[in-house]
Amino acid sequence: MADISKDQVKHVAHLARLAITDEEVEKMTKQLGDIIKYAELLNELDTDNVQPTTHVLDLKNVMRKDEPRKWIEKEDAMKNAPDQQDGQFRVPSILE
Amino acid sequence: MSLFEYSLKEIQEKLHNKEISVSDLVSESFNRINAVDHQINAFLTLNEEEARNKAKALDDQVGPNSSILFGMPIGIKDNIVTKGLRTTCASQFLSNFRDPLYDATVMDKLNAENTVTIGKLNMDEFAMGSSTENSSYVKTRNPWNTDHVPGGSSGGSAAAVAAGEVFFSLGSDTGGSIRQPAAFCGVVGLKPTYGLVSRFGLVAFASSLDQIGPITRTVEDNAHLLQAIVGHDPMDSTSANVDVPTYSESLEQGVNGLRIAVPKEYLGEGVDPEVKAAVMSALKVYESLGATWEEVSLPHSKYAVAAYYLLSSSEASANLARFDGVRYGVRSEKAENMIDMFKMSRSEGFGDEVKRRIMLGTFALSSGYYDAYYKKAQKVRTLIKNDFEKIFEKFDIIVGPTTPTPAYKIGEKIDDPLTMYADDIVTSPINLAGVPGMSIPCGFSSKGLPIGLQLIGDHFDEKTLYQFAYAFEQATEFHKKLVEVGGGK
Repeated sequence: MADISKDQVKHVAHLARLAITDEEVEKMTKQLGDIIKYAELLNELDTDNVQPTTHVLDLKNVMRKDEPRKWIEKEDAMKNAPDQQDGQFRVPSILE
Repeated sequence: MSLFEYSLKEIQEKLHNKEISVSDLVSESFNRINAVDHQINAFLTLNEEEARNKAKALDDQVGPNSSILFGMPIGIKDNIVTKGLRTTCASQFLSNFRDPLYDATVMDKLNAENTVTIGKLNMDEFAMGSSTENSSYVKTRNPWNTDHVPGGSSGGSAAAVAAGEVFFSLGSDTGGSIRQPAAFCGVVGLKPTYGLVSRFGLVAFASSLDQIGPITRTVEDNAHLLQAIVGHDPMDSTSANVDVPTYSESLEQGVNGLRIAVPKEYLGEGVDPEVKAAVMSALKVYESLGATWEEVSLPHSKYAVAAYYLLSSSEASANLARFDGVRYGVRSEKAENMIDMFKMSRSEGFGDEVKRRIMLGTFALSSGYYDAYYKKAQKVRTLIKNDFEKIFEKFDIIVGPTTPTPAYKIGEKIDDPLTMYADDIVTSPINLAGVPGMSIPCGFSSKGLPIGLQLIGDHFDEKTLYQFAYAFEQATEFHKKLVEVGGGK
């Protein structure tokens, strides 16, 4: 599997919604490449018959009743918003 | 003598006898912070006015039935949400998050015990790091020697307790972030079993690994603080519904006849000789108390760090998607459309290490790589978990070092992510297996820096950890050595 290319780094940055500079692309390509190469260590292990662990407790589909309860008031929910209008979060245009 | 050198029990007695007041305790905190925090930088936000007002109100309420934590000054890691008190995760992204809307479950529980929140403690940004150098605000310094790191990511939480700025604190631990700074700062830190403490209101880093835990000066105080924050929480679907023992009751049960496993992988290459010697001396102490020990193997240890970074970064890349500049946090002013707004806000708000981990996680989860990296790491996690299960069939506890070396110098490792990651070899397997781990002071290096002994138990067996920790503490003097801030150089 080995190396990660600059184009891959740019693609991953787009997926991660990060704007990265050309300089950062250079640096990330090297650093991610090193970390991924290190992670190849796991390929020493035969895991064909091993079940993956997603988490350690024996819990499945924890559900609770869908009941309305008092929680945050709408105006409180807006308190930390960077921009708002008429009680709604305001964002830049989505469609061209 | 600082009031914080007394135990919880002694302080409560003084409160009841009116020798001291809650206001005295809170003043002790702020006086100490004013005297030494400019050298340590443990705090990001102080809660002085609120804390002093709360103390005044509590002064009239001291009574025979008040909680053992009544009026105690506590510091909170800045990734635990505190209603109305700025919560930044040491990130620029949340620099304007001044007014959180609710309290984390652990805060509700502490408030019910009438503790007093002194302020929010520095950390690596979003808990990603091992030295607190990744804070986007300030570098916290080790109180034992301010040229050295306090460890991380809960570096502020450990340094504040070591320096006597608060009586105790809460940290969080995803791959060692409570135990490693506790070791570097010479205090007691516990990462509880996954699911024992509610994560509701802990800003998520890696949801299958994160746990909140107590940092204290002594073992007994640690047991009391843990007791206050455990329990099932309907607001956290991964919270375990288990019976909780009274931890303080197990303290004096001793270790006679109990069996210790010592993994050879935890004392191998890369472990500083002074650290190894301190661990071996600790084992002698346990022998003298009637316990036996045997060398064992956790054969998949060397794969833990790689599996840990793939899994924790993958989970982080999903968890940190919520920071989009819409509902809270900073927003870039430069963007003209929505996607650019996300990208530019995140790039301006996140530091290098956070970006690196989001990138690694996004890569490991991306189409074509998911099976080779993410799923592979999950399978290796199973092997690591099985290693621990096998040991606990025959042994009561696992003992080893908390860190391969004592605290290193500020700047020594920050430019080389892989070297710093490698230090997690003795702490991250514990999170992958979900078992509890604790660090207690077990010695000092020739340079006067603390060394931590790590105690690892079976799932939900914190009781045995406290038993071992208390027995060691009572038999030794390491916890009695106090920091002289600014000394040690």
